Amino acid sequence: MSQLSCKKLCLGYDGHEIVHNLNFSVEKGDYLCILGENGSGKTTLMKTMLGLRPPVRGKVVIDDECKKGGIGYLPQQTVVQRDFPASVWEIVLSGCQKKRGLNPFYGKNEKKLALDNIEKMGLSELKNRCYRVLSGGQQQRVLLARALCAASDILLLDEPVAGLDPKVTEEMYSLIDELNKKYGITIIMISHDVSAALQYADKVLHIGSEVFFGTKDEYIASGHPKGFAGEGE
Amino acid sequence: MEKLFSDFLGYFQYPFVWYAIIVGVLIALCSSLLGVTLVLKRFSFIGDGLSHVAFGALAIAAVMNLTNNIFFVLVITIICAVLLLRTGQNTKIRGDASIAMISVGALALGYLIMNIFSTSSNLSGDVCSTLFGSTSILTLTGSDVWICAVLSVIVVALFIFFYNKIFAVTFDESFAEAVGTRAKLYNLLIAVVIAVIIVLAMNLVGSLLISALVIFPALSAMRVFKSFKSVTICSACISVVCALLGILISILFSTPVGATIVAVDIVVFFIFALIGKIGVKS
Repeated sequence: MSQLSCKKLCLGYDGHEIVHNLNFSVEKGDYLCILGENGSGKTTLMKTMLGLRPPVRGKVVIDDECKKGGIGYLPQQTVVQRDFPASVWEIVLSGCQKKRGLNPFYGKNEKKLALDNIEKMGLSELKNRCYRVLSGGQQQRVLLARALCAASDILLLDEPVAGLDPKVTEEMYSLIDELNKKYGITIIMISHDVSAALQYADKVLHIGSEVFFGTKDEYIASGHPKGFAGEGE
Repeated sequence: MEKLFSDFLGYFQYPFVWYAIIVGVLIALCSSLLGVTLVLKRFSFIGDGLSHVAFGALAIAAVMNLTNNIFFVLVITIICAVLLLRTGQNTKIRGDASIAMISVGALALGYLIMNIFSTSSNLSGDVCSTLFGSTSILTLTGSDVWICAVLSVIVVALFIFFYNKIFAVTFDESFAEAVGTRAKLYNLLIAVVIAVIIVLAMNLVGSLLISALVIFPALSAMRVFKSFKSVTICSACISVVCALLGILISILFSTPVGATIVAVDIVVFFIFALIGKIGVKS
């Protein structure tokens, strides 16, 4: 059974439907890239998959094992976060907020998990630094470490490279790629960047006026990317 | 100088001075705890808005001759706090506009009601003391102190117990909700607690100056400290020290209590801002 699948999913807000009849599924270890123009409903789709907003019609099915392990989420940064006085340690640890059930305090296991993920993201030296003084790339790595604390199987990333310069973008992509290839974590990523999607992802979901779902090779063969990408080449 | 000092010690024979200090410190502590969260969530003005609501409710209670008006005021304020923090998320009227609307509306209605129905001969004096706190903190009774102490203990206990969750919800609501934390429930909790604090604080500084009590310690602490925990602890300390100093100064020089506390808060804010600037450079 697939980890996560959407069946006849329709999305929208205020009674206005923007995505119709979406069918796709994600298997363990997949690297799925969600593409589409601004306003095509990429973020809405991700929020629906996370259960943050109800679908207009249809449903999202998540398998039990995946539910138990938790789903990691890297949202787009908000204005509030940019000048938030919190240390890297506090933020990463907050990824464990659901691990203790009703107990509101963190235990040894959570602290170890947070330390491991800080190390995995190469943040050990920044552990006690304040979040707001970090660079954009470092901030994204902190949020990624937090997402890893919440889930060990599947990560949903909403434009993880937005606002980063080309070099840092490249580092971020290879970090995500490493999580996928080395640790076998399923990645679902929203992106604007078609060339990166074609470089790293193995499946593509394109939403908008035309919907496409399939492997990367099928996507290239369908001639879709020509529409709004390829300038880089 | 010696006379001033002996006068000063003389004041401590009176229980009402002790009551004022106890209540003042407790309120300062409670208000600063949630101040950090409210400032960061861009709800700095909720203190102002809710205190006006409490003022309006107090006017209604006074006109209706309710003897135990603190509970009436508490209920109305909690309802408004819940409505305000809920509309802050996604509705047609944004957070700041809805706070401004409720705050100004409640202030106007409260004054109107007091004006039409009040039997008091000194109406503007009544309004002024409700708004600016005046000397009511010096007329506290033993039972007022007990109510305040019990509510403060509840507020502090709730805050410590849910500290990690409050941090998570303040920093990133959508992440918290995505991993299964009931963010809306915690927002509700924050709203209720802030309403309780505001009703308590009205006795001390009056409704107009409550915002200062909520936001100044948090803002001062944020100039210097870098983690959520240190900011929270520091703002609690600043708030308590400022309240204590303010009350003592106001007793010594017979200045209005609320305004004096806020003045001390402002001075501390500039000191911390300076320390923060120097800290960045070095």
